[in-house]
Formats: sequence, structure tokens, C-alpha cells
Amino acid sequence: MNYEPVIGLEIHAQLRTQSKLFCACSTAFGAAPNTNICAVCTGQPGALPVLNRTAVEFALRAGLATHCTIAETSVFARKNYFYPDLPKGYQISQYDQPLCEHGYLDCAIDDRTKRVSITRIHMEEDAGKSLHDVVGAAGSCVDLNRSSVPLIEIVSGPDLRSADECVAYLKTMRTLLMYLGICDGNMQEGSLRCDANVSLRPVGTEKFGTRAELKNINSFRFLEHAIAFEIERQTEILRSGGTVIQETRLWDEKAGRSESMRSKEEAHDYRYFPDPDLPPLIVAREWIEKTRAELPELPEAKIARYHSELGLSAYDARVITAEQSLAQYFERAVHGNSAPKKIANWLTTELVGRLNTDGTTLADTKVQPADLGALVNLIESGKISGKIAKTVFDEMYQTGATPDTIVARDGLAQVSDTGTLEKAIDDIMAAQAENVALYRSGKISVLGFFVGQVMKATKGQANPQLLNELLKRKLGGA
Amino acid sequence: MITQQSEQLARGDITSVALTEHYLARVAEKNPQLNAYLWCDTAHALAQARAADQRRAQKKNVTPLTGIPIAIKDLLHVTGAPTTCASKMLAGFQPTFSATVVERLQMAGAVCFGKTNMDEFAMGASNENSAFGPVRNPWDPTRTPGGSSGGSAAAVAADLCSGALGSDTGGSIRQPAAMCGIVGLKPTYGRVSRYGLVAFASSLDQIGPMTHSVKDSALLLGAIAGHDPRDSTSLDVPVPDYTATLSTDVRGLTIGIAEEYFEAGLTPAVESAVRAAIKTLQDLGARVVPVHLPHTKYAVPTYYIIAPAEASSNLARFDGIRFGHRSPHSDSLRALYEASRSEGFGPEVTRRIVLGTYVLSSGYYDAYYRKAQQVRALITHDFTQAFATVDAICTPTTPSTAFRLGERVDDPVQMYLADICTSSCNLAGLPGISVPCGFSENNLPIGLQIIGKNFDEACVLRIAHAYEQATEWHKKKPL
Repeated sequence: MNYEPVIGLEIHAQLRTQSKLFCACSTAFGAAPNTNICAVCTGQPGALPVLNRTAVEFALRAGLATHCTIAETSVFARKNYFYPDLPKGYQISQYDQPLCEHGYLDCAIDDRTKRVSITRIHMEEDAGKSLHDVVGAAGSCVDLNRSSVPLIEIVSGPDLRSADECVAYLKTMRTLLMYLGICDGNMQEGSLRCDANVSLRPVGTEKFGTRAELKNINSFRFLEHAIAFEIERQTEILRSGGTVIQETRLWDEKAGRSESMRSKEEAHDYRYFPDPDLPPLIVAREWIEKTRAELPELPEAKIARYHSELGLSAYDARVITAEQSLAQYFERAVHGNSAPKKIANWLTTELVGRLNTDGTTLADTKVQPADLGALVNLIESGKISGKIAKTVFDEMYQTGATPDTIVARDGLAQVSDTGTLEKAIDDIMAAQAENVALYRSGKISVLGFFVGQVMKATKGQANPQLLNELLKRKLGGA
Repeated sequence: MITQQSEQLARGDITSVALTEHYLARVAEKNPQLNAYLWCDTAHALAQARAADQRRAQKKNVTPLTGIPIAIKDLLHVTGAPTTCASKMLAGFQPTFSATVVERLQMAGAVCFGKTNMDEFAMGASNENSAFGPVRNPWDPTRTPGGSSGGSAAAVAADLCSGALGSDTGGSIRQPAAMCGIVGLKPTYGRVSRYGLVAFASSLDQIGPMTHSVKDSALLLGAIAGHDPRDSTSLDVPVPDYTATLSTDVRGLTIGIAEEYFEAGLTPAVESAVRAAIKTLQDLGARVVPVHLPHTKYAVPTYYIIAPAEASSNLARFDGIRFGHRSPHSDSLRALYEASRSEGFGPEVTRRIVLGTYVLSSGYYDAYYRKAQQVRALITHDFTQAFATVDAICTPTTPSTAFRLGERVDDPVQMYLADICTSSCNLAGLPGISVPCGFSENNLPIGLQIIGKNFDEACVLRIAHAYEQATEWHKKKPL
């Protein structure tokens, strides 16, 4: 029997607010342990939470960009469990009345577009961090810098069918969150992480199988590996006549496998109930509409615009919009330029190619977007040849000099002056009488030889089109 | 009391240092018997008193409370003083910040004078649940002062401070006030900031004044009330001058009487005193009409689901990890939690945590917690309807006078019924005051409860003041 995987992802995205969800402490990553803490985020008796409005605004953006319905009234609840890095003994989260529900996200997967439903997006606070290997410590330590940092949890419908689809969905969501300016997308630092619910069912059937929840997935590669492993694991169990048990499994990338963390029987009873310290969150219609109106242009819209208005191929448009920084660079480069398609080529092949080779990023490049545009302009207007352009680009990349400066300084401008070129042709023809004769006898393939000779004489700066034209005329005896 | 002391301070007849020393001496004399204070530090009190005297001398920021010693229930943080909540769990705990109400009192120049005993984490109605011994009732030391703010009530009744702050979750200000013959006011939920109050049940807790007179109550409430951006449940409603609207005149006011409150097993002494008090108000010109509060009988069971549910979560932070009692008898994380909490919490707190955990657990939530919230809405609705026709509702504060120490400790349900007249106010969020309205045949005080509309403490205080001025009960002092 063949099985179809049914997968849903729960994405946790850290909102890039300055301060925490319920207090004024900084959210900065990497500070010395327990320095960004106060009475509220360490759960001191008597301290009370006060909701960060910017975090709500950010969550709203996520909901609106994924076409969710926004609840004008949503409720913060307490999720109760004991753990040393959970200072209050409960996490403040949204439970049965989340801020956003019933949305979707369109994801490009290979050549098709898949619509993944978003069941809900809710707000919650992060927990602290347990440290088990602190040098000089007698036992485990707890760092509460991360305690109460704002998160949104984005829960997808059970719509994904393969590891590839999961990766494409997570990538698309990450790009979107970064465009919205609400998450830095840094998976290494844990700003974006996900859990996956995976089950299998016989192909063609409707009923869901028993699912396993995979935790601790914090890179695209881990996601791909963990899903693939889980599909294989469950397939083997079902093929051999066994039953999948409902459990939570922890992905271990080093071992290349997941381990059972706890079974359904061992699952916590979180005893959710509305947090009496926080009144229901009321989001006025006007606030929702204002936030909607202020959303930036999102990847979907950009792709469409690049394709229809700027003439980019769908592929190029997707590549450039996949990273907001790349799209921003592109838009600055094409500003006032008539050849966006060419700029796209130079950007994706030359510049990004070089950056990848050198292991650096767009943020660090010396090539200014306007200069890349100017370089393409020089080619388009015939000032320099494509070949010379590569040399110019080399130096732009190394030194950050503008193309005009380089061309002027090194005299690299293309020679389009008919007189100069005719003189050069005449000189070559005089020295190559035999080849002239050969050409005239019908062996026109020697034309290439003449082009090469003149190019050599003009240090490659001859305008190739004009040169061709003149050569043909002169060799033809005119 | 505060008013007179304030005038004496203003005239220079006394200094705050002298007044504070007077109370320190009284505490030294009386507290060994009464156990009203858990902590009272001479240096801490006198430093504030000296500062107050300086303010008065320089005529800078002088308020009627400048230099007045106010006792603070030991679940409110005062920097420089420990907060124990009368629990072994928090023995010696030093808060890193002061409660908003304490800050406001200190801003007004009051002397935060000592921390008063209470039922552990405010759970109880007799003060017998204190880990540091029960408080004794100044009117009869064989009896309880009521609870949970029993220490504050006894301290005021025995004149061991000018006034005190208590907290009221199901009656914890009003019930001990009634049993100790003083004035106790629970403000509207959201009227006073809870920041710096160690929470028992967050949707019910409210801090309020416990005083010798209604005027003192008005004065203290004015100082502590008002929006606090650090408490999201405190509301931004203007704070009137509560002393300005006090009057001896209740003409034009309509007072509702709910017979449901007289069916709660009142002792004859309580019933006759309260009915006589209502008659007095009628004689003073108030119109008295019957109102119907049909869901009153569900208040106590509803309260004993919601309050423990919230408490079970609020008290989860006492896990031995960051603060509070940490058991030395543990070799694993789970054992650390179990031992620290078992050793740190007393039996009543443990009972309520278990109860609250149960009613929130999966499969029971709908039957208990959700149902209780629905009943809470019905109780609130009862009041909304009643307040469409009346300005205030008068009831007994407690069904009986102070009971004997040990009398109810083995019968939690009987103990819980001490809240029968008071817990509805908390469930509905309404303000309620208890004023002395008589004495039983064995010389124990009886309280009249006046319940008002949301944020209409002014009306409640006005009626209470008029009643107080027309009667002599408040002038009687324990021996």
C-alpha cells in the first residue's frame, strides 16, 4: 500500500520589538545571562504584565499579510506547567481566542503554486533558557534574558505533503515575515523555529492517521531531514503491520534521527484559562485597517510587478524577491534605468555569484545599487562592450569605484568612431593582403580573424557591431 | 482618628516621630498577646516619621496623611521590609520594589508602619492559617479577628496604628473589620492598583483601607486609588475627593434590602442589629426598598472554584528555583518542586492549590471553571438589575460575630461560609464597606455591609458616614 504524508507546521517567530511582550526589558540577543531582566519577566511575586502594543501591531501585520480574519477581541490565557526556565509557572499565550484565524499563504514549489491554509496565528511569550554545562556551576543554570520575549505561533493546516513542500512553505513564510519587518528570520539564533505534525494515510483516503509531533527544528536542512526521516519511519511501521503511536519526538540532527520525548499519556495537562491579569485584547477596526493600509509591498505583489511591469522572467522575479535585501537592491539599481532585465541578470549572476563565492552578503558589498545600474547603462548606450563591462565590474567589486570613473581613468570607452576604426582596418588589411584575397575569393570565415585582429589593435574597445559592418564593407571591396 | 492626628500634626501639638513612637510602644506592649504584626521595625518607621516631620516643617508636599503611621498587610511589598504573606514559603523574602499603594502612601508622606499578620497567602477567614501563629481578637483574645486581613483589623481595633491597608478577595477586609468593630472598605475592582500585591486570585483581589472611622477610610482610599499603568486591570476612572462628599444626609438615596442575605443562617444578634441599622438609615431619610438577588446562594461555591483556580496558577511561581523556600531534601528537579512546595505551603494553601488544579484540569474545566464563570455573570447581572432602582444595598457583613480560635479549623466548609455575605461583591467587582452597627450580648462587634455601584465608593462612604455619625458604635473600644 502507498501512503500519503499529511503534515502541518507550527512556526514560532520572534517579533523584533525593542522590548519584551509584558515588560520594558530589552529583547537584544546575546547579552550576558540575566542582564535583560526585571521583576515582571522573572515572575517576582506582586509583579504584573502590561501588553506591548508594538508586538500586537506586528502580529496584526502577520495576520493581515496571510489573509487571516482578525479577531477584534482576543484573549490571553495561562498555559500552566512547571519548568525552571518558566519563572511564573505558566506561559502567557493565546488559546481558544487567538488574534488571527483562517488565512492562507501561497508558496511556489518548483513550477507550481501551493496554497497552504493558516489555521491561526496567536501571540505568546517565550520562556527562558536552561543552561546545563556552565563552567564552574554546581548544577544547571537558568538565563531569563529570553523570558517574555514576544513570539507569534503560526499554525498551518494539515496541507503539506512532503519534506520539499514543508521547506518551501517555511521559506516563503520566513521571507514574508522579514518583508513585514516583524522577524529577523535568524534561525541560528532561534528567532524562527518550528515544530511539525506528521502522519500518514493510505493514498486516496480522507481520514488522518495518528500523528507524531517533531520538535526542535531550527533550520531548513533539519526540517527536510526530520520530515523525510519521519515519513520513512512511519511508512516502515505501517508496512510491517504496526501502528504509529501519538507522541512527541525530538529531532537530533547529529544522529540523523528523532527520539521519542514523551507519549500521549505523558503529555502535560496545561490547564489553560484566561489570564486574569490581562483584560481581553480589543483591536479596533480602525487599527486593523490602518495596519492593513501600511503593509509594505509583499513578495507576491512584487513578483507580479517585476514580471508584468519590468519584464523579468517569473524565475528571476522569484529569485530576486526571495530575499528582501535583494529586492531592495534591485529596486534601487533599476531606479531610472530602462533595462531592468539586464540589471536582474547582472545582479543574480555576477554580483550574487561573486558574493556567494566569497561567502559574503549583499549588505557588505562595495558595489552600490546605482553603480550597477550605471554599468548596465554604459553597456546599453554602447559606451562600453559587454566584455569590457566585466573588467569594469571586477574593479567595482574590488574597490567600490563607480563605473564612469573606471572607464574614464582607464580609457575603456568603446571606440565607435568610424574614422578611427577604418584606419585600424586599413592598417590590418594592408598587412594581411593574403587573407584579404582569401576572403574575397569566397572564404568569408576569415572575417572572424579580422575582427580579432582589429580588437587586438584597439585593446578590445572597438564597437563590435560597427566593426563588423565596416569590415564587411571594406573586405567586400567597397 | 487620622483626621484628628493630622490636625494635631498640623498644629504642631505632636510630631510624627512622637506619634510613631507612641504606636511602637503600644505594639511592644500589645503585640505579644495579639500577634497582629509580623514585622515592625523601629528604625524603618522612625526614618519615615522624621522625613514626614521635615516635610511638615518645610511645608513641602504636606497632605493630611503626612506623618500618619499606617500598617500594611504582609502581602504588600514595602522596600526595606520583608514580605512573607504569613507563609513559611516566603519567610525572610525581601521584595525588590514597593507596591503602588505603598508608593502612593509614602508619596503622601504616610509612615508605612509594620507588616500585619494574615491568613497564609490571604487564604482563610480566621487568621488561623498564618504560618506565624494566629491573631487574637482585641475584643476577646480567645476569638479570631476574622480573616484574612485579621492582623490589620486587630491592629486598628487595638489602636496599634492610625489605619491599615488590607486586601479583600472574598471578604478579607470587610469580614475581619466587622468582627473587630472597625471600618473596612473593599473598593471596586480596578479602582486600586494591585501592582506589588502578592496575588491570591487576580480577578477578585482588591486592596482597601481598614480604619477607625469612615472619614479615615475616605482619606486613605483617595490616597491609594487611581489608574496605574503597571496594572492592566486598574481602570482610568477619575478619583474624586472622597472626603468632600461625606455628609450626614442620606435623603434622596434609595437603599435596597435583599432578603437573600438574611436567609444565610444569621445569628439573631446579627439580624436584629443589621435590621435596626437599616431602620436608622430610613429614619435619616433614605428610602428603603426590597431588591432581589436570586443567585446569592451560589456565590460561595462559585467563589471557591474561581479563587482556588486562579490561586493554583498564581502560586506556581513558588517553586524553590528563584526565591522562597527551597527544600534541602531533594535529588531531582521533580523532588525539589515537591519537597519545596510541600514544606513551604501550609495545609489550607495546599488544599486550595489542589482544588484549583482540579477544577482547571482537562475534562473538568467545563463542569467547574466555565460553569463558575457563567454563574459569576448571573450574580453580576443580579446586581446590575438591582442597581437600576437603588443607590446602594445594605446587608450583614458576616452571619455571626467572631468565633472562637480552633472552633472551625477542622471544618473548611463551615469556615468558607464566613464569606457568605461578602464574596458576591468580589465576584461582581462592586465596592463594599463594613461599618460597626452593634454588639452581641457577649460584647462582640457586628458589621453592616453597604454595597455600591461600580466606582461609586463615594455613595457607599456617604451612607456609611451618615450612619456612623448617627450612632455611637464606633466610639466603643476594646479593653
